Amino acid sequence: MTQASDTTPRTLFGKIWDAHEIMRHPSGQSLLYIDRDLIHEGSFHAFADLKRRNLRPRRPQQIFGIADHYVPTLGRSADDAASPAIARMIRTFDENMEWGGLRHFGLSSREQGIVHVVAPEQGITLPGLTIVCSDSHTSTQGALGAIAFGIGQSENAHVLATQTLWQMRPKTMRVTVDGQLGQGVTAKDVMLALIARIGAAGAGRHAIEYAGQVVRNMSVEARLTLCNLSIEAAARLGMVAPDETTFRYVAGRHYAPTDQEWDLAMAQWRRLPTDDGAPFDREVEMDGAAIAPMVTWGTSPEDAVPITGRIPDPASFASAEKRKAAAKSLEYMDLAPGTELDGLPIDRVFIGSCTNSRIEDLRAAAAILKDRKAAIPTIVVPGSTQVREQAEAEGLARIFREAGFEWRQSGCSMCAAMNGDVVEPGERCASTSNRNFVGRQGPGARTHLVSPAMAAAAAITGRLTDVRRL
Amino acid sequence: MKAFTRGTSTVAYVPGVNCDTDQIIPGRFLKADRAEGYDKFLFHDIRRDADGNLDPGFPLNRPDAQGARILLVEDNFGCGSSREGAVYALADAGIRALLAPSFGDIFFNNALKNGIVPVRLPVTVCEALADHLSDNPDAAVTVDLEAAQVVLPGDLGAHPITIDAFARDCLLQGLDEIEMTFTYLNRIAAFEADRMARNPWLGR
Repeated sequence: MTQASDTTPRTLFGKIWDAHEIMRHPSGQSLLYIDRDLIHEGSFHAFADLKRRNLRPRRPQQIFGIADHYVPTLGRSADDAASPAIARMIRTFDENMEWGGLRHFGLSSREQGIVHVVAPEQGITLPGLTIVCSDSHTSTQGALGAIAFGIGQSENAHVLATQTLWQMRPKTMRVTVDGQLGQGVTAKDVMLALIARIGAAGAGRHAIEYAGQVVRNMSVEARLTLCNLSIEAAARLGMVAPDETTFRYVAGRHYAPTDQEWDLAMAQWRRLPTDDGAPFDREVEMDGAAIAPMVTWGTSPEDAVPITGRIPDPASFASAEKRKAAAKSLEYMDLAPGTELDGLPIDRVFIGSCTNSRIEDLRAAAAILKDRKAAIPTIVVPGSTQVREQAEAEGLARIFREAGFEWRQSGCSMCAAMNGDVVEPGERCASTSNRNFVGRQGPGARTHLVSPAMAAAAAITGRLTDVRRL
Repeated sequence: MKAFTRGTSTVAYVPGVNCDTDQIIPGRFLKADRAEGYDKFLFHDIRRDADGNLDPGFPLNRPDAQGARILLVEDNFGCGSSREGAVYALADAGIRALLAPSFGDIFFNNALKNGIVPVRLPVTVCEALADHLSDNPDAAVTVDLEAAQVVLPGDLGAHPITIDAFARDCLLQGLDEIEMTFTYLNRIAAFEADRMARNPWLGR
């Protein structure tokens, strides 16, 4: 193992990577030790591979299964699934977890929810760890100061069998957001503004560290949103250095260390933040005060503009490929160049997903609703059963119901659109999820990505609305 | 994994920047058993009309695209979801190599694990190849992984393949990574014992 000397300044990313590098192959790839492998229903290919090879999971106690993609939001049993094929996915998940002897949170469990919401919530995600999951939004969990990234099923089978993974070390990029965010501006808006600036391919093959005053002032929940969207800029992962905010969040969570072990952990965690002078391959700086509530108009997360803006003219883009892509996006979205985003009529609203379904997201949405009614169908899908229970205890669920929102059970729901919750063809949806891809929320669905507060504002007016005016 | 050393084929061009894995395979098909073959799901919703019939205008449906084992695509191909089903669909349709300026990271790794060579080429080279193909649909490209280069038609020349040596070796030999990693089990076990001693809460 090649360790930099103690005096060489290192990044947060570099410290965690080095501490997990078992060996480096002569050709350059590192064999990384993986602390946590998180499993969901889509992992059935990896289990089929293990069974074919007559292998068992190497470290069952470091693998956690959480059902999320296919679970129904209108009931809590596989019998409530939208189709027999979907029910079979849930049952196969349960069977594979039993077969592997793995801790798992099935859909009737009190710990169920979206894997990227549950893992931090339960203290499965901790500073300094390497965490993988066969889901691209695993980047979310870097918010606690961990290396967390999505993998495919072949890689998942490798982790299950060996608790390791061969990886090329990514380059590093620091995104510094300084200043103060304005009223009504959230972590979601910071990320949509960043992706609009650097492009959906902009951070390709990089590990991002988020820094600066805006990030330091953010709650862990907001940082989870920040890191979640890293993958939409093509980053391998996103992370935030652990600090007192992080430690307060982690303390007392179910799988977090306690007593003397907590002290041992804290001694390690305090050494993780990037040293002064540590070099990054790329630096991007943003002024937090210049960011407005954002909304997407096209079919890539980079197609984002301030809510005060207009739909761009494809002819205004610099390259031929961007002009072509913008024209195609607008055709799919059925939008004309020059249209104001503020006031654009929409058909439904979705509040949920691993981007924006935590308790603070639901509080932000509820805060907009006082004595107001939904003008269009709106569903709220909490990120976990515990978020749901907390929202009910705080009275948020009552506010949602009184506003005419549907208050559902937790799951990925209308973000992945695999459980039967879909936006109908041609419908326009204001969504707190992470992807406005063609057909992502259902064939023919048109998605506008917004923050939870912006989604609530849209639900009330039936139009995209600048939340700062409400 | 299926080994790849070198291959020559005609090329189908599927344009569009940021082509995400939802386009390559829509989420609703991910429930399918691999044994039934994923090729029929490849580009399903953008390749077919509402009734499920093949759109003759989609590049892969054109007669001259039949038999192409190489796809030319655009920037950030395979971004989005980590679903390996996207690569299964390409592999099951017989695709062995992809040419693009850049790929989604997870997709890139998934391709390597399934015997598909993702080749990063400068955007200007990709554009020149697209131009050439529009006049010469029968033009062939050779992906020579042994020599680590792609040979393009006409006067477009040869360009290096910049896959790291480890992944290249695995592809050339059709190496089973899990089997290979098992040869390092002693080192893994020693590392693991040390890690658990320092972080005992991790293994509970």
